[in-house]
Amino acid sequence: MEILHNELKRCDVIKINGRVDSATAPKFAETANEIVEAGRFRIVVDMDDVDFISSAGLRVLIGTQKICRRYNRGEVVLANVPATIMASLELAGFTPLFKIFNDAVAAVGNF
Amino acid sequence: MPSPQLATFKAGYTWVPTVKFPGRYDSLAKIAELVHKASQEFGLEPLAAYGVETAVDEACSNIIEHAYGGEGKGTIEFNYRIEGDSLVITLQDDGKGFNPNKVPKPKINVPLKQRQGNGLGLYFMHQWMDEVSYQSIGKTNILTMIKRKG
Repeated sequence: MEILHNELKRCDVIKINGRVDSATAPKFAETANEIVEAGRFRIVVDMDDVDFISSAGLRVLIGTQKICRRYNRGEVVLANVPATIMASLELAGFTPLFKIFNDAVAAVGNF
Repeated sequence: MPSPQLATFKAGYTWVPTVKFPGRYDSLAKIAELVHKASQEFGLEPLAAYGVETAVDEACSNIIEHAYGGEGKGTIEFNYRIEGDSLVITLQDDGKGFNPNKVPKPKINVPLKQRQGNGLGLYFMHQWMDEVSYQSIGKTNILTMIKRKG
């Protein structure tokens, strides 16, 4: 798994490439933590190149969403979610908890 | 990792040798490669194959985290076979036994504040597979998961 972090004026974009499982989710968590610890709470997770995400990766998403939404200071939104991962998000009951955009530009434009 | 040699004994039944992996999280991607191969051979469509990959990944993560209590403490033996319209996957470990009935079901339809990240793994296994069963023989735990076509 590779992670690209792009700090924009309005928000931060995390682009994940590859597999998010118990081996790699800690790296995703580390990136998300660095962003919120810097006091930035508007995050786009671009999933275009994610092959797979397990519950370990979903835990990072939900944990980060809880931190970001606190005091209405921001939120995590998702972009470019592949159909397979969308099915997982639906099963987990995550789709009402995240705004989901067709592309990263629209997701960034949300902020 | 040895490449499993396929041997077909009778129509619709494929037997593949068991492959042993270190009980470490970096084995998950390697196990997933075998799962892809099994799903492809079985002829699963992409979404169902993704589900099987998820179920196996969650099961192996649980073995490492809960049965062994951490990485590098034992092995995971992976095997699959195709029996007619069923893909049968077994995972074996020598860790602590596990009672699936003691794992609380995740609360799926609750507001964000009440959402817990835990419990999703087992839930996914049951949602994506048609059958999930546990067996302990001596010190060996055997998890069998079945995916059917259609």
